[in-house]
Amino acid sequence: MKYVHEFRDGARIRTTIDEIRRSVSRPWTIMEICGGQTHSIVKHGLDEMLPREIRLVHGPGCPVCVTPLATIDRAIAIASRPDVTFVSFGDMLRVPGSTTDLLRVKSAGGDVRIVYSPLDAVRLAQKVPDRQVVFFGIGFETTAPANAMAVLQAARLGLTNFSMLVSHVLVPPAIEALLGSPDNLVQAFLTAGHVCTVMGWTEYEPIAVRYGVPLVVTGFEPLDIVQGALMAVRQLERGRAEVENQYTRSVSREGNRAARDVLARVFRVCDREWRGIGRIPGSGFRLSEPFAAFDAERRFRTDAAAPETTSACIAGLVLRGRKKPSECPAFGTLCTPDRPLGAPMVSSEGACAAYYHFRRYQPAMK
Amino acid sequence: MCLGVPGRIIEVYEVAGLRMGRVDFGGVVKEACLAYVPEAAVGEYTLIHVGFAIGRIDEAEAQQSLAFLRGAGLLAGELGTPADGEP
Repeated sequence: MKYVHEFRDGARIRTTIDEIRRSVSRPWTIMEICGGQTHSIVKHGLDEMLPREIRLVHGPGCPVCVTPLATIDRAIAIASRPDVTFVSFGDMLRVPGSTTDLLRVKSAGGDVRIVYSPLDAVRLAQKVPDRQVVFFGIGFETTAPANAMAVLQAARLGLTNFSMLVSHVLVPPAIEALLGSPDNLVQAFLTAGHVCTVMGWTEYEPIAVRYGVPLVVTGFEPLDIVQGALMAVRQLERGRAEVENQYTRSVSREGNRAARDVLARVFRVCDREWRGIGRIPGSGFRLSEPFAAFDAERRFRTDAAAPETTSACIAGLVLRGRKKPSECPAFGTLCTPDRPLGAPMVSSEGACAAYYHFRRYQPAMK
Repeated sequence: MCLGVPGRIIEVYEVAGLRMGRVDFGGVVKEACLAYVPEAAVGEYTLIHVGFAIGRIDEAEAQQSLAFLRGAGLLAGELGTPADGEP
């Protein structure tokens, strides 16, 4: 596929890693934000190819992983209603709630469906006017324009049986929360390329200045990631802290104007709870007042009990880059993709699932 | 979740007031919403995420990224080496 194969070229990747080796003089810790990047790093073994001075730690950029337990429980309560057709991206179905998950609701006869695009949920609502169609609107800034357009389209079509359970999260406040934490070890970030395709990178400029960290907008293919790492290392070695763009083929400073306009219309920034991390101010989207009629939380008032978390799961530490998945005592034993204890083992972009699928079993028991 | 796949627009049309199109992913053709790339035309590459084009792919920039090493004076003719050859 064009612009995929070229960025997986082994010779280019090795040459770039050699240049990182020549550039580095001391240890540096760099975090890749996005779960898609984590997946690419583990799949291609990039972390093991880099010189030992460079420690890549995996960030919280897996929306399935950070969706709060209370929201999963709310989704399960709504999906269990006999009048509801609950529609979601496939990844969410196996995320454990307090007592069950959406897949089990479906097995027990609940009308739970998987779609590829949120517009599919709008089309479904048109087809079944007698049923309440609820879409589980999760994701980062990359996914938000699609979900926003689904709401906008439902409004245009005058649909009264469509609503969205919104649990959107935003990257820059999460980076600030990590940097502001007293135990932070991260010295540079590879920021999520497709988030910046939508939003551009102006939000990162004050972060680079305030915290003195380099932030490199980075793509997802192996060559993108090692190029991003090289740009970060060069900044670190020279004592610079700027926003740089590796992913120039898809990202401009201003991002996608048309998408940002629709986001500004449909959503408002709100505080958001992140599973495993806690509450981060200004780190989410909720529906704006003109679209409040499409808010599933208002339409279906649910009393979610205070959720219990699984004690053996260290997802929070993994999501903050403090522990590697293989350092979890439950990894690969009590917790597997078939019987996950935490969301990072469920999602195809979760760090634990990436380590499991690409056989990073080792140091857990050392 | 934030996966984006590059695809080439092969047809543009409108459905229920939305700019839609057919996009070719190296042989697999799917429908996508093109509302967020109002200026993208047939033949152009876009980045598709959950059925939406979220941006155009700049071919000149793609070539420049690939030439990044050459531009930085790092490559020293290594591009000609086979993918499995050690520099």
